Amino acid sequence: MAQCVTERLVASLSGVDAGYGTRQILHGIDFTVHRGQVVAIMGGSGSGKTTLLRLMTGQLRPWSGAVEVLGVRLEQASEAQRYALRRRIGMLFQFGALFTDLDVFENVAFPLREHTRLPEPLIRDLVLLKLEAVGLRGAARLRTSELSGGMARRVALARAIALDPELILYDEPFAGLDPISLATIGTLIRRLNDALGAASVVVTHDVVESLALVDYVYFVSRGRIVAHGTPDEIRNASDPYVRQFVRGEIDGPAPFHYPAPPLAEALMEGQ
Amino acid sequence: MIEAVARLGRATIDAVVQLGLAARFVIALLHHSGMTFRRLPLLIRDLYFAGVLSILIIVVSGAFVGLVLGLQGYDTLQRFGSETALGGVVALSLLRELGPVVAALLFASRAGSAMTAEIGLMKATEQLDAMDVMAVNPIARVIAPKFWAGVIAMPLLAAIFSAVGILGGWFIGVVVIGVDHGTFWSQMQNAVDFEEDVRNGVVKSLIFGVIVTWIAVFQGWSCTPTAEGVSRAITKTVVFGALAVLAADFVLTAFLFIGR
Ligand SMILES: Nc1ncnc2c1ncn2[C@@H]1O[C@H](COP(=O)(O)OP(=O)(O)O)[C@@H](O)[C@H]1O
Ligand SMILES: [Mg+2]
Repeated sequence: MAQCVTERLVASLSGVDAGYGTRQILHGIDFTVHRGQVVAIMGGSGSGKTTLLRLMTGQLRPWSGAVEVLGVRLEQASEAQRYALRRRIGMLFQFGALFTDLDVFENVAFPLREHTRLPEPLIRDLVLLKLEAVGLRGAARLRTSELSGGMARRVALARAIALDPELILYDEPFAGLDPISLATIGTLIRRLNDALGAASVVVTHDVVESLALVDYVYFVSRGRIVAHGTPDEIRNASDPYVRQFVRGEIDGPAPFHYPAPPLAEALMEGQ
Repeated sequence: MIEAVARLGRATIDAVVQLGLAARFVIALLHHSGMTFRRLPLLIRDLYFAGVLSILIIVVSGAFVGLVLGLQGYDTLQRFGSETALGGVVALSLLRELGPVVAALLFASRAGSAMTAEIGLMKATEQLDAMDVMAVNPIARVIAPKFWAGVIAMPLLAAIFSAVGILGGWFIGVVVIGVDHGTFWSQMQNAVDFEEDVRNGVVKSLIFGVIVTWIAVFQGWSCTPTAEGVSRAITKTVVFGALAVLAADFVLTAFLFIGR
Protein backbone atom coordinates (compact mmCIF):
# COMPACT_ATOMS: atom_id res chain seq x y z
CA MET A 1 0.00 0.00 0.00
CA ALA A 2 2.83 2.38 0.76
CA GLN A 3 3.59 2.44 -2.96
CA CYS A 4 0.42 4.44 -3.59
CA VAL A 5 2.14 7.55 -2.27
CA THR A 6 2.42 9.02 -5.74
CA GLU A 7 -1.37 8.79 -6.12
CA ARG A 8 -3.82 11.55 -5.54
CA LEU A 9 -3.35 13.77 -2.52
CA VAL A 10 -6.35 13.64 -0.20
CA ALA A 11 -5.33 15.90 2.66
CA SER A 12 -2.33 18.07 3.31
CA LEU A 13 -1.31 20.44 6.06
CA SER A 14 1.73 22.59 5.58
CA GLY A 15 3.31 24.84 8.18
CA VAL A 16 0.15 24.84 10.26
CA ASP A 17 -0.07 26.63 13.61
CA ALA A 18 -3.34 26.25 15.50
CA GLY A 19 -4.83 26.50 18.97
CA TYR A 20 -7.81 27.46 21.11
CA GLY A 21 -8.35 31.05 22.20
CA THR A 22 -4.85 32.42 22.68
CA ARG A 23 -3.31 29.08 23.60
CA GLN A 24 -1.26 27.56 20.80
CA ILE A 25 -1.52 23.77 20.58
CA LEU A 26 0.02 22.85 17.21
CA HIS A 27 3.32 24.22 15.88
CA GLY A 28 4.39 24.08 12.23
CA ILE A 29 2.60 20.87 11.29
CA ASP A 30 3.43 19.28 7.92
CA PHE A 31 1.27 16.30 7.12
CA THR A 32 -0.02 14.50 4.02
CA VAL A 33 -2.35 11.60 3.25
CA HIS A 34 -2.82 10.05 -0.17
CA ARG A 35 -5.59 8.00 -1.60
CA GLY A 36 -5.42 4.34 -0.57
CA GLN A 37 -3.25 5.09 2.46
CA VAL A 38 -3.97 4.43 6.10
CA VAL A 39 -1.92 6.90 8.12
CA ALA A 40 -1.49 6.83 11.89
CA ILE A 41 -0.99 9.82 14.14
CA MET A 42 0.60 8.72 17.40
CA GLY A 43 1.45 10.62 20.51
CA GLY A 44 0.66 10.95 24.17
CA SER A 45 -2.57 12.36 25.60
CA GLY A 46 -2.93 16.09 25.17
CA SER A 47 -0.27 16.26 22.47
CA GLY A 48 -2.76 17.71 19.97
CA LYS A 49 -3.89 14.71 17.93
CA THR A 50 -7.61 15.43 18.12
CA THR A 51 -6.88 19.06 17.34
CA LEU A 52 -5.17 17.92 14.15
CA LEU A 53 -8.29 16.00 13.11
CA ARG A 54 -10.46 19.03 13.87
CA LEU A 55 -8.37 21.02 11.40
CA MET A 56 -9.11 18.49 8.68
CA THR A 57 -12.88 18.60 9.23
CA GLY A 58 -12.86 22.39 9.32
CA GLN A 59 -14.12 22.49 12.92
CA LEU A 60 -11.06 24.55 13.73
CA ARG A 61 -9.34 27.15 11.58
CA PRO A 62 -5.55 27.26 11.44
CA TRP A 63 -3.85 30.41 12.72
CA SER A 64 -1.40 30.19 9.86
CA GLY A 65 -0.30 27.73 7.21
CA ALA A 66 -2.40 25.87 4.67
CA VAL A 67 -4.93 23.08 5.15
CA GLU A 68 -6.22 21.44 1.99
CA VAL A 69 -8.65 18.53 2.13
CA LEU A 70 -10.11 16.92 -1.00
CA GLY A 71 -9.19 20.00 -2.98
CA VAL A 72 -10.81 22.47 -0.58
CA ARG A 73 -8.63 25.15 1.03
CA LEU A 74 -10.04 25.14 4.55
CA GLU A 75 -8.35 28.22 5.96
CA GLN A 76 -10.55 30.41 3.78
CA ALA A 77 -13.58 28.15 3.15
CA SER A 78 -17.08 29.47 3.86
CA GLU A 79 -19.50 27.62 6.11
CA ALA A 80 -21.32 26.24 3.06
CA GLN A 81 -18.05 24.98 1.58
CA ARG A 82 -17.06 23.34 4.84
CA TYR A 83 -20.42 21.58 5.12
CA ALA A 84 -20.19 20.44 1.50
CA LEU A 85 -16.73 19.03 2.20
CA ARG A 86 -17.84 17.19 5.33
CA ARG A 87 -20.30 15.12 3.32
CA ARG A 88 -17.25 13.54 1.69
CA ILE A 89 -15.57 12.83 5.05
CA GLY A 90 -16.47 10.15 7.58
CA MET A 91 -15.39 10.44 11.17
CA LEU A 92 -15.38 7.93 13.99
CA PHE A 93 -15.40 9.59 17.39
CA GLN A 94 -13.54 8.24 20.37
CA PHE A 95 -16.55 6.60 22.04
CA GLY A 96 -18.70 6.35 18.93
CA ALA A 97 -20.90 9.38 19.66
CA LEU A 98 -23.99 7.45 18.57
CA PHE A 99 -27.27 9.31 18.90
CA THR A 100 -28.82 7.97 22.07
CA ASP A 101 -32.40 8.70 21.04
CA LEU A 102 -32.11 6.59 17.87
CA ASP A 103 -31.63 2.83 17.51
CA VAL A 104 -28.76 1.22 15.60
CA PHE A 105 -30.58 1.24 12.26
CA GLU A 106 -31.63 4.89 12.54
CA ASN A 107 -28.13 5.94 13.56
CA VAL A 108 -26.69 4.49 10.36
CA ALA A 109 -29.61 5.87 8.35
CA PHE A 110 -29.10 9.36 9.80
CA PRO A 111 -26.64 10.71 7.17
CA LEU A 112 -28.68 9.15 4.37
CA ARG A 113 -31.92 10.71 5.59
CA GLU A 114 -30.30 14.10 6.14
CA HIS A 115 -28.41 14.33 2.87
CA THR A 116 -30.31 12.28 0.32
CA ARG A 117 -33.89 11.92 -0.84
CA LEU A 118 -33.66 8.19 -1.40
CA PRO A 119 -36.87 6.15 -1.10
CA GLU A 120 -37.29 4.19 2.11
CA PRO A 121 -36.62 0.69 0.65
CA LEU A 122 -33.30 1.89 -0.76
CA ILE A 123 -32.28 3.48 2.54
CA ARG A 124 -33.12 0.21 4.25
CA ASP A 125 -30.94 -1.77 1.84
CA LEU A 126 -28.03 0.66 2.16
CA VAL A 127 -28.17 0.62 5.96
CA LEU A 128 -28.26 -3.17 6.06
CA LEU A 129 -25.28 -3.32 3.67
CA LYS A 130 -23.27 -0.96 5.85
CA LEU A 131 -24.18 -2.90 8.97
CA GLU A 132 -23.25 -6.14 7.19
CA ALA A 133 -19.85 -4.64 6.40
CA VAL A 134 -19.17 -4.22 10.12
CA GLY A 135 -20.80 -7.54 11.01
CA LEU A 136 -23.79 -6.11 12.85
CA ARG A 137 -26.71 -6.57 10.49
CA GLY A 138 -28.42 -8.66 13.15
CA ALA A 139 -28.19 -5.79 15.64
CA ALA A 140 -30.11 -3.32 13.49
CA ARG A 141 -33.00 -2.92 15.90
CA LEU A 142 -31.00 -2.80 19.13
CA ARG A 143 -30.95 0.39 21.12
CA THR A 144 -27.60 2.08 21.57
CA SER A 145 -27.71 1.42 25.31
CA GLU A 146 -27.71 -2.31 24.60
CA LEU A 147 -24.39 -2.25 22.72
CA SER A 148 -20.99 -3.15 24.12
CA GLY A 149 -18.13 -0.68 23.61
CA GLY A 150 -16.78 -2.58 20.62
CA MET A 151 -20.19 -2.92 18.98
CA ALA A 152 -20.95 0.79 19.48
CA ARG A 153 -17.65 1.60 17.77
CA ARG A 154 -18.60 -0.63 14.82
CA VAL A 155 -22.05 0.92 14.49
CA ALA A 156 -20.42 4.34 14.52
CA LEU A 157 -18.10 3.10 11.81
CA ALA A 158 -21.05 1.96 9.70
CA ARG A 159 -22.57 5.41 10.18
CA ALA A 160 -19.29 7.11 9.24
CA ILE A 161 -19.11 5.23 5.93
CA ALA A 162 -22.83 5.58 5.13
CA LEU A 163 -22.17 8.14 2.40
CA ASP A 164 -19.07 6.35 1.00
CA PRO A 165 -16.56 8.96 2.19
CA GLU A 166 -13.28 9.66 0.41
CA LEU A 167 -11.52 10.36 3.71
CA ILE A 168 -12.18 8.56 6.98
CA LEU A 169 -10.91 9.94 10.27
CA TYR A 170 -10.64 7.83 13.41
CA ASP A 171 -10.15 9.37 16.85
CA GLU A 172 -8.65 6.72 19.13
CA PRO A 173 -10.68 3.85 17.65
CA PHE A 174 -8.98 1.29 19.93
CA ALA A 175 -9.33 3.08 23.26
CA GLY A 176 -10.94 0.95 25.95
CA LEU A 177 -11.58 -2.13 23.77
CA ASP A 178 -10.90 -5.76 24.65
CA PRO A 179 -8.27 -7.49 22.45
CA ILE A 180 -10.83 -9.18 20.19
CA SER A 181 -12.84 -6.01 19.50
CA LEU A 182 -9.57 -4.21 19.00
CA ALA A 183 -8.41 -6.64 16.34
CA THR A 184 -11.85 -6.46 14.70
CA ILE A 185 -11.77 -2.68 14.46
CA GLY A 186 -8.20 -2.80 13.17
CA THR A 187 -9.12 -5.22 10.40
CA LEU A 188 -12.21 -3.18 9.52
CA ILE A 189 -10.22 0.03 9.20
CA ARG A 190 -7.90 -1.55 6.67
CA ARG A 191 -10.61 -3.44 4.81
CA LEU A 192 -13.04 -0.53 4.52
CA ASN A 193 -10.29 1.81 3.39
CA ASP A 194 -9.30 -0.52 0.59
CA ALA A 195 -12.88 -1.38 -0.38
CA LEU A 196 -13.93 2.25 -0.61
CA GLY A 197 -10.70 3.37 -2.25
CA ALA A 198 -10.55 6.01 0.45
CA ALA A 199 -7.80 7.44 2.63
CA SER A 200 -7.81 6.98 6.40
CA VAL A 201 -6.21 8.83 9.29
CA VAL A 202 -6.07 6.93 12.57
CA VAL A 203 -5.28 8.78 15.78
CA THR A 204 -4.07 6.28 18.33
CA HIS A 205 -1.61 5.41 21.02
CA ASP A 206 -1.95 1.71 20.47
CA VAL A 207 1.47 1.03 18.97
CA VAL A 208 1.47 -2.69 18.23
CA GLU A 209 -1.97 -2.81 16.64
CA SER A 210 -1.47 0.21 14.45
CA LEU A 211 2.08 -0.49 13.25
CA ALA A 212 0.75 -3.75 11.81
CA LEU A 213 -2.10 -1.94 10.09
CA VAL A 214 -0.95 1.35 8.64
CA ASP A 215 1.17 2.53 5.73
CA TYR A 216 2.72 5.56 7.36
CA VAL A 217 3.12 6.99 10.85
CA TYR A 218 3.42 10.51 12.22
CA PHE A 219 4.58 11.03 15.79
CA VAL A 220 3.26 14.08 17.60
CA SER A 221 4.68 15.41 20.82
CA ARG A 222 3.57 18.64 22.47
CA GLY A 223 2.05 19.93 19.26
CA ARG A 224 4.98 19.17 16.97
CA ILE A 225 5.65 16.35 14.54
CA VAL A 226 8.78 14.79 15.98
CA ALA A 227 9.13 11.84 13.63
CA HIS A 228 7.46 10.19 10.69
CA GLY A 229 8.02 7.19 8.47
CA THR A 230 6.82 3.77 7.44
CA PRO A 231 6.15 1.24 10.23
CA ASP A 232 9.53 -0.41 9.59
CA GLU A 233 11.35 2.89 9.82
CA ILE A 234 9.51 3.67 13.04
CA ARG A 235 10.33 0.33 14.64
CA ASN A 236 14.02 0.92 13.97
CA ALA A 237 14.00 4.63 14.71
CA SER A 238 16.81 6.10 16.76
CA ASP A 239 14.79 9.10 17.97
CA PRO A 240 14.60 8.68 21.76
CA TYR A 241 10.99 9.85 22.00
CA VAL A 242 9.83 7.36 19.37
CA ARG A 243 11.81 4.55 21.00
CA GLN A 244 10.26 5.33 24.35
CA PHE A 245 6.78 5.34 22.86
CA VAL A 246 7.17 2.20 20.75
CA ARG A 247 8.65 0.22 23.62
CA GLY A 248 6.34 1.64 26.24
CA GLU A 249 9.05 2.77 28.66
CA ILE A 250 7.75 4.96 31.42
CA ASP A 251 10.55 7.49 31.61
CA GLY A 252 12.45 9.16 28.83
CA PRO A 253 12.01 12.33 26.79
CA ALA A 254 8.34 12.14 27.85
CA PRO A 255 8.85 12.40 31.60
CA PHE A 256 7.16 10.20 34.20
CA HIS A 257 7.03 13.08 36.67
CA TYR A 258 4.76 16.06 36.28
CA PRO A 259 7.04 19.13 36.62
CA ALA A 260 7.60 19.82 40.34
CA PRO A 261 10.24 21.22 42.66
CA PRO A 262 12.70 18.62 44.01
CA LEU A 263 11.12 16.11 46.40
CA ALA A 264 13.48 17.04 49.23
CA GLU A 265 12.31 20.64 49.08
CA ALA A 266 8.64 19.61 49.17
CA LEU A 267 9.24 17.35 52.18
CA MET A 268 11.08 20.11 54.03
CA GLU A 269 8.16 22.52 53.53
CA GLY A 270 5.95 20.39 55.75
CA GLN A 271 8.16 20.93 58.79
CA MET B 1 -10.82 44.67 50.02
CA ILE B 2 -9.09 45.24 46.68
CA GLU B 3 -9.51 41.56 46.05
CA ALA B 4 -13.25 41.74 46.68
CA VAL B 5 -13.56 44.58 44.18
CA ALA B 6 -11.51 42.65 41.67
CA ARG B 7 -13.71 39.61 42.15
CA LEU B 8 -16.84 41.70 41.69
CA GLY B 9 -15.35 43.15 38.51
CA ARG B 10 -14.47 39.72 37.19
CA ALA B 11 -17.95 38.39 37.95
CA THR B 12 -19.50 41.38 36.16
CA ILE B 13 -17.29 40.90 33.12
CA ASP B 14 -18.13 37.18 33.05
CA ALA B 15 -21.82 37.95 33.26
CA VAL B 16 -21.62 40.45 30.40
CA VAL B 17 -19.63 37.99 28.29
CA GLN B 18 -22.24 35.30 28.95
CA LEU B 19 -25.00 37.69 27.94
CA GLY B 20 -23.15 38.48 24.73
CA LEU B 21 -22.70 34.80 23.95
CA ALA B 22 -26.35 34.11 24.70
CA ALA B 23 -27.37 36.93 22.36
CA ARG B 24 -25.14 35.63 19.57
CA PHE B 25 -26.49 32.15 20.17
CA VAL B 26 -30.11 33.21 19.85
CA ILE B 27 -29.34 35.06 16.62
CA ALA B 28 -27.78 31.90 15.16
CA LEU B 29 -30.79 29.97 16.41
CA LEU B 30 -33.27 32.26 14.70
CA HIS B 31 -31.15 32.22 11.55
CA HIS B 32 -31.27 28.40 11.48
CA SER B 33 -34.96 28.02 12.35
CA GLY B 34 -36.09 27.20 8.82
CA MET B 35 -35.64 23.45 9.19
CA THR B 36 -37.89 23.39 12.28
CA PHE B 37 -40.89 24.46 10.27
CA ARG B 38 -39.99 22.57 7.11
CA ARG B 39 -39.65 19.28 9.00
CA LEU B 40 -42.58 19.16 11.36
CA PRO B 41 -41.75 15.75 12.86
CA LEU B 42 -38.74 17.39 14.53
CA LEU B 43 -40.93 20.07 16.07
CA ILE B 44 -43.63 17.60 17.06
CA ARG B 45 -41.13 15.38 18.84
CA ASP B 46 -39.94 18.27 20.98
CA LEU B 47 -43.48 19.55 21.51
CA TYR B 48 -44.24 16.16 22.96
CA PHE B 49 -41.27 16.29 25.33
CA ALA B 50 -41.68 19.93 26.36
CA GLY B 51 -45.45 20.18 26.25
CA VAL B 52 -47.27 16.91 26.60
CA LEU B 53 -44.98 15.56 29.29
CA SER B 54 -45.49 18.76 31.31
CA ILE B 55 -49.27 18.56 31.29
CA LEU B 56 -49.59 16.36 34.35
CA ILE B 57 -47.58 18.61 36.66
CA ILE B 58 -49.36 21.67 35.24
CA VAL B 59 -52.83 20.20 35.82
CA VAL B 60 -52.10 19.01 39.34
CA SER B 61 -50.45 22.28 40.37
CA GLY B 62 -53.17 24.34 38.70
CA ALA B 63 -55.81 22.41 40.63
CA PHE B 64 -54.11 23.01 43.98
CA VAL B 65 -53.49 26.68 43.29
CA GLY B 66 -57.16 27.05 42.32
CA LEU B 67 -58.31 25.30 45.49
CA VAL B 68 -56.16 27.57 47.65
CA LEU B 69 -57.35 30.64 45.74
CA GLY B 70 -60.93 29.59 46.42
CA LEU B 71 -60.29 29.24 50.15
CA GLN B 72 -58.20 32.37 50.60
CA GLY B 73 -60.34 34.43 48.23
CA TYR B 74 -63.54 33.49 50.00
CA ASP B 75 -62.03 34.10 53.43
CA THR B 76 -60.85 37.60 52.50
CA LEU B 77 -63.91 38.61 50.47
CA GLN B 78 -66.43 37.63 53.11
CA ARG B 79 -64.80 40.10 55.55
CA PHE B 80 -66.06 42.81 53.22
CA GLY B 81 -69.31 41.02 52.58
CA SER B 82 -68.50 40.59 48.93
CA GLU B 83 -68.05 36.83 48.63
CA THR B 84 -70.13 36.94 45.45
CA ALA B 85 -67.07 38.44 43.73
CA LEU B 86 -65.16 35.19 44.22
CA GLY B 87 -65.42 34.12 40.57
CA GLY B 88 -63.85 37.35 39.36
CA VAL B 89 -61.05 37.26 41.91
CA VAL B 90 -60.10 33.68 41.12
CA ALA B 91 -60.15 34.23 37.36
CA LEU B 92 -58.25 37.51 37.42
CA SER B 93 -55.53 36.22 39.74
CA LEU B 94 -54.99 33.22 37.52
CA LEU B 95 -55.21 34.88 34.11
CA ARG B 96 -53.10 37.89 34.96
CA GLU B 97 -50.48 36.49 37.31
CA LEU B 98 -50.56 32.99 38.68
CA GLY B 99 -51.25 31.18 35.43
CA PRO B 100 -48.37 32.60 33.41
CA VAL B 101 -45.90 32.87 36.32
CA VAL B 102 -46.42 29.58 38.14
CA ALA B 103 -46.75 27.66 34.89
CA ALA B 104 -43.45 29.21 33.73
CA LEU B 105 -41.70 28.28 36.98
CA LEU B 106 -42.96 24.72 36.67
CA PHE B 107 -42.02 24.66 33.00
CA ALA B 108 -38.47 25.75 33.81
CA SER B 109 -38.01 22.97 36.30
CA ARG B 110 -39.78 20.23 34.33
CA ALA B 111 -39.20 20.89 30.64
CA GLY B 112 -36.34 23.42 30.79
CA SER B 113 -34.12 21.22 32.91
CA ALA B 114 -34.86 18.24 30.65
CA MET B 115 -33.85 20.26 27.58
CA THR B 116 -30.61 21.37 29.21
CA ALA B 117 -29.86 17.81 30.26
CA GLU B 118 -30.52 16.39 26.81
CA ILE B 119 -28.42 18.99 24.99
CA GLY B 120 -25.65 18.88 27.60
CA LEU B 121 -25.42 15.09 27.38
CA MET B 122 -25.33 15.23 23.59
CA LYS B 123 -22.47 17.71 23.90
CA ALA B 124 -20.60 15.69 26.53
CA THR B 125 -20.83 12.51 24.45
CA GLU B 126 -19.72 14.34 21.28
CA GLN B 127 -23.08 13.74 19.58
CA LEU B 128 -23.31 17.42 18.63
CA ASP B 129 -19.76 17.36 17.23
CA ALA B 130 -20.55 14.15 15.35
CA MET B 131 -23.61 15.77 13.81
CA ASP B 132 -21.62 18.84 12.82
CA VAL B 133 -18.96 16.68 11.18
CA MET B 134 -21.72 14.83 9.30
CA ALA B 135 -22.57 18.22 7.78
CA VAL B 136 -25.78 18.56 9.76
CA ASN B 137 -25.96 21.82 11.66
CA PRO B 138 -26.78 20.90 15.27
CA ILE B 139 -28.34 24.30 15.96
CA ALA B 140 -30.81 23.76 13.14
CA ARG B 141 -31.37 20.05 13.81
CA VAL B 142 -31.42 19.88 17.62
CA ILE B 143 -31.59 23.32 19.23
CA ALA B 144 -34.08 25.29 17.13
CA PRO B 145 -36.89 22.69 17.30
CA LYS B 146 -36.55 22.59 21.09
CA PHE B 147 -36.63 26.36 21.31
CA TRP B 148 -39.76 26.70 19.20
CA ALA B 149 -41.43 23.81 20.97
CA GLY B 150 -40.91 25.62 24.28
CA VAL B 151 -42.21 28.91 22.88
CA ILE B 152 -45.34 27.21 21.53
CA ALA B 153 -45.97 25.00 24.55
CA MET B 154 -45.66 27.66 27.23
CA PRO B 155 -48.84 29.73 26.49
CA LEU B 156 -50.83 26.53 26.05
CA LEU B 157 -49.61 25.16 29.37
CA ALA B 158 -50.36 28.47 31.09
CA ALA B 159 -53.87 28.38 29.62
CA ILE B 160 -54.41 24.85 30.90
CA PHE B 161 -53.09 25.93 34.29
CA SER B 162 -55.52 28.84 34.49
CA ALA B 163 -58.47 26.77 33.30
CA VAL B 164 -57.86 24.02 35.82
CA GLY B 165 -57.22 26.62 38.53
CA ILE B 166 -60.58 28.29 37.82
CA LEU B 167 -62.28 24.90 38.12
CA GLY B 168 -60.48 24.41 41.45
CA GLY B 169 -61.70 27.79 42.70
CA TRP B 170 -65.20 26.92 41.50
CA PHE B 171 -65.08 23.60 43.33
CA ILE B 172 -64.18 25.23 46.66
CA GLY B 173 -66.40 28.26 46.23
CA VAL B 174 -69.53 26.72 44.75
CA VAL B 175 -69.45 23.03 45.65
CA VAL B 176 -67.81 23.12 49.07
CA ILE B 177 -68.66 26.55 50.51
CA GLY B 178 -71.89 27.16 48.68
CA VAL B 179 -71.46 30.42 46.76
CA ASP B 180 -74.24 30.69 44.19
CA HIS B 181 -73.34 28.88 40.99
CA GLY B 182 -74.79 31.45 38.60
CA THR B 183 -73.29 34.39 40.49
CA PHE B 184 -69.85 32.80 40.44
CA TRP B 185 -69.73 32.57 36.66
CA SER B 186 -71.54 35.82 35.82
CA GLN B 187 -69.28 37.71 38.24
CA MET B 188 -66.30 36.23 36.43
CA GLN B 189 -67.70 37.16 33.05
CA ASN B 190 -68.21 40.75 34.18
CA ALA B 191 -64.83 41.12 35.84
CA VAL B 192 -62.65 39.67 33.10
CA ASP B 193 -61.84 41.84 30.10
CA PHE B 194 -60.64 39.90 27.08
CA GLU B 195 -58.08 42.47 25.86
CA GLU B 196 -56.79 43.62 29.20
CA ASP B 197 -56.70 40.32 31.06
CA VAL B 198 -56.78 37.32 28.76
CA ARG B 199 -54.67 38.67 25.95
CA ASN B 200 -52.11 40.26 28.23
CA GLY B 201 -51.83 37.02 30.17
CA VAL B 202 -51.10 35.18 26.95
CA VAL B 203 -48.50 37.80 25.97
CA LYS B 204 -46.84 37.28 29.33
CA SER B 205 -46.67 33.52 29.02
CA LEU B 206 -45.37 33.79 25.47
CA ILE B 207 -42.52 36.00 26.67
CA PHE B 208 -41.84 33.70 29.61
CA GLY B 209 -41.71 30.81 27.17
CA VAL B 210 -39.06 32.60 25.10
CA ILE B 211 -37.01 33.47 28.19
CA VAL B 212 -37.13 30.07 29.88
CA THR B 213 -36.48 28.06 26.73
CA TRP B 214 -33.70 30.37 25.62
CA ILE B 215 -31.98 29.94 28.98
CA ALA B 216 -32.50 26.17 28.87
CA VAL B 217 -31.05 25.60 25.39
CA PHE B 218 -28.20 28.06 25.94
CA GLN B 219 -27.14 26.45 29.21
CA GLY B 220 -27.13 23.04 27.55
CA TRP B 221 -25.25 24.29 24.50
CA SER B 222 -22.55 26.15 26.44
CA CYS B 223 -22.08 23.75 29.35
CA THR B 224 -18.71 22.24 30.20
CA PRO B 225 -18.90 18.87 28.42
CA THR B 226 -18.50 16.70 31.50
CA ALA B 227 -20.95 15.03 33.88
CA GLU B 228 -20.30 17.74 36.44
CA GLY B 229 -20.69 20.50 33.85
CA VAL B 230 -24.05 19.14 32.71
CA SER B 231 -25.42 18.95 36.24
CA ARG B 232 -24.28 22.51 36.93
CA ALA B 233 -25.97 23.68 33.74
CA ILE B 234 -29.26 22.06 34.79
CA THR B 235 -29.15 23.87 38.13
CA LYS B 236 -28.47 27.13 36.34
CA THR B 237 -31.44 26.62 34.02
CA VAL B 238 -33.82 26.25 36.95
CA VAL B 239 -32.35 29.10 39.03
CA PHE B 240 -31.81 31.61 36.20
CA GLY B 241 -35.11 30.61 34.63
CA ALA B 242 -37.06 31.29 37.82
CA LEU B 243 -35.29 34.58 38.51
CA ALA B 244 -35.71 35.78 34.95
CA VAL B 245 -39.41 34.91 34.94
CA LEU B 246 -40.07 36.78 38.18
CA ALA B 247 -38.08 39.83 37.10
CA ALA B 248 -39.72 39.87 33.68
CA ASP B 249 -43.11 39.50 35.32
CA PHE B 250 -42.56 42.70 37.27
CA VAL B 251 -41.54 44.62 34.16
CA LEU B 252 -44.35 43.20 32.05
CA THR B 253 -46.98 43.87 34.70
CA ALA B 254 -45.82 47.47 34.91
CA PHE B 255 -46.08 47.92 31.15
CA LEU B 256 -49.04 45.75 30.21
CA PHE B 257 -51.48 46.34 33.04
CA ILE B 258 -50.54 49.39 35.04
CA GLY B 259 -48.60 51.75 32.83
CA ARG B 260 -51.41 52.76 30.53
N1 LIG C 1 -12.11 22.94 22.85
C1 LIG C 1 -10.95 23.19 23.49
N2 LIG C 1 -10.73 24.39 24.07
C2 LIG C 1 -9.57 24.66 24.70
N3 LIG C 1 -8.55 23.80 24.81
C3 LIG C 1 -8.69 22.58 24.25
C4 LIG C 1 -9.90 22.21 23.57
N4 LIG C 1 -9.75 20.95 23.11
C5 LIG C 1 -8.51 20.55 23.50
N5 LIG C 1 -7.87 21.52 24.17
C6 LIG C 1 -6.51 21.44 24.70
O1 LIG C 1 -5.63 21.20 23.64
C7 LIG C 1 -4.63 20.27 24.01
C8 LIG C 1 -4.56 19.16 22.99
O2 LIG C 1 -5.81 18.49 23.00
P1 LIG C 1 -6.14 17.30 22.03
O3 LIG C 1 -5.89 17.73 20.63
O4 LIG C 1 -7.51 16.86 22.39
O5 LIG C 1 -5.07 16.21 22.47
P2 LIG C 1 -5.05 14.64 22.19
O6 LIG C 1 -6.19 14.32 21.31
O7 LIG C 1 -3.72 14.39 21.59
O8 LIG C 1 -5.18 13.99 23.54
C9 LIG C 1 -4.97 19.78 25.40
O9 LIG C 1 -4.07 20.40 26.30
C10 LIG C 1 -6.37 20.26 25.64
O10 LIG C 1 -6.52 20.67 26.98
MG1 LIG D 1 -7.91 13.20 21.69
